[in-house]
Amino acid sequence: MKGDNIKKFFIYFFLALGAIVMVFPFYWMISGALKTAAEYNSYPPVWVPSNWLNFDNFVRAFQKAPFQTYFLNSLLVTLCSVTLTGIVTILGAFAFSRLRFPGRELIFSFLLAFMMVPFEMMVITNYQTVTKMGIINTIPVLIVPFTTSIFYTYILKNFFDTIPDSLYYSARIDGASNWKYLWRIMVPIAKPSLVTIMLLNAISSWNSFLWTSMVINSDKYRTIPLGLFAFMTEGGSDPKLQLAASTVSVLPMIILFLFARKYIVNGVARGGLKG
Amino acid sequence: MQVRIEHLTKKFGDAVAVSDFSMNFDDGKLVALLGPSGCGKSTTLNMLSGILPVTSGKIYFDDDDVTNTPPQDRGVGICFQNYALYPHMSVLENIAFPLEIKKVPKEERLAKAREMAKLVHVDMLLDRKPKELSGGQQQRVAIARALIKTPRLLLLDEPLSNLDARLRLEMREEIRRIQQETGVTTIFVTHDQEEAMSICDKIVLMKDGYLQQEDKPQTLYDDPHNLFVANFLGNPPINNLYGTIQNGRFVLEDGSASIKIDNPNAKEGEKVVMGIRAESVTISKSGDHDFEAVIKQRYTMGKEELAFLNIGNQVIRVYLSSDYTYDVGEKVFLNLRQKGVFLFDQETGERI
Repeated sequence: MKGDNIKKFFIYFFLALGAIVMVFPFYWMISGALKTAAEYNSYPPVWVPSNWLNFDNFVRAFQKAPFQTYFLNSLLVTLCSVTLTGIVTILGAFAFSRLRFPGRELIFSFLLAFMMVPFEMMVITNYQTVTKMGIINTIPVLIVPFTTSIFYTYILKNFFDTIPDSLYYSARIDGASNWKYLWRIMVPIAKPSLVTIMLLNAISSWNSFLWTSMVINSDKYRTIPLGLFAFMTEGGSDPKLQLAASTVSVLPMIILFLFARKYIVNGVARGGLKG
Repeated sequence: MQVRIEHLTKKFGDAVAVSDFSMNFDDGKLVALLGPSGCGKSTTLNMLSGILPVTSGKIYFDDDDVTNTPPQDRGVGICFQNYALYPHMSVLENIAFPLEIKKVPKEERLAKAREMAKLVHVDMLLDRKPKELSGGQQQRVAIARALIKTPRLLLLDEPLSNLDARLRLEMREEIRRIQQETGVTTIFVTHDQEEAMSICDKIVLMKDGYLQQEDKPQTLYDDPHNLFVANFLGNPPINNLYGTIQNGRFVLEDGSASIKIDNPNAKEGEKVVMGIRAESVTISKSGDHDFEAVIKQRYTMGKEELAFLNIGNQVIRVYLSSDYTYDVGEKVFLNLRQKGVFLFDQETGERI
């Protein structure tokens, strides 16, 4: 019994230590954003801001740069991306899982092989393509190249494969078309898997930086990560304001994570970390 | 509705699953497609439902040729072995689904679904999800869903295989009851001869894609056309003795014993299999007899006692009469009844 308690103590001790290491930067960011100049600059450091409702830094950051625009751009891009990618993924996974067409396995193997090509490799060709399409430096350029995802299609196809054929035949005999079967039967059954996919997609879309920085050069189309980056250089070097801006940029994802933790963890565990 | 199939054949590549199968399924009857795994019974069912296209041959529903009619236009209801209920829908929604596809107004289809639920006795479970139901209840829901469109033909694919033994007895009675109440022509695939014997109006026995025999269960049992049919039906299985016909007697292969036979078609010198049902032997300690045997082992099975007897160097299973007690190693005298004793050609398996 005693040995058990000591073991438990060490387990919780190290878990707590890990949690503190993980959470501290977030705490420092949020508390820093709420501190006054005097509190922020004092030495030894002040750990707790005196007024938790001191939003001066946020107000000033928003005055210096159009974060509300960045925020709305990010929101728009993320929503469109999640919707379009969701639809394309569902249709693709259905085709690969349910429909019989020549070369299906071969095509799918090729797609899986393409997954090994890192995104950075495709940046230049993608850049040339969007330039030719004439959508560079617009909102669509942040959405269109990401409407298909082999990884998400693969996850969803695997889930679809686990749905017994008899459900399909049963629905077909009852007169359901492929389309009806997909949306009325398959998609509702695959909801957990779909939610995971959409969350992973939302996170990667919200955090997307490299591509955005290449194809967006006007202030009004900047998304949060890009705006934040620009703010670091353009908005002066007041770290309190940078912390306030950072807080705003990660807040939606933190909230999303708190509500949908189960699905995100599930997705990451299933497919290995990606996105 | 009467179902007629003519020269139905299905090939998967070079493998023939069903071969030149012709059959009439009478209106309003419950018919079992019976056979061991891989005999083509499920393939036949899937061709009737339209899930599988036929390689050649014709399928008629009454006078309509439905050979190339898509599944949804055939008016069939089907019930799969794993029930194929939609896990995200309640029992009520599951039952109503076929009408939902037909765009029947919601009130009407839910009312109809409640009526079907009542027929199959799941009306107290309407709000449950399939995973909250027992196997038997899921089966009932699946049957209700298959019946809600009032199909012309109900197809049941191994409907009892996923149930435990007690539930299986209960559900087969239920299937019979529901079939008789609705009067729908029903075809029922199974590999369990007892299931087929107990509830069906007719049994169609298949093997390796070929029709073996079709008739009323009792006729099939009493008058098998070949050795396969005789072996497939009955529990305990029929006894097979191998030997030849000599001087109007059946002589075991090694000549160690012989049995008096009464079959005018038996030709002298022919190699035959003698099939003897366990209940077709009467056993006694003395008197006139067709043959002799030695008791090897006895098994008490509740109401009756079964014994393995050595006849020559072969073994047969018979029921012991309860008038006497018999000891292991005891020599006994046996008589054959008229019924349940058959001779088959050893090579072709055909009845002699």
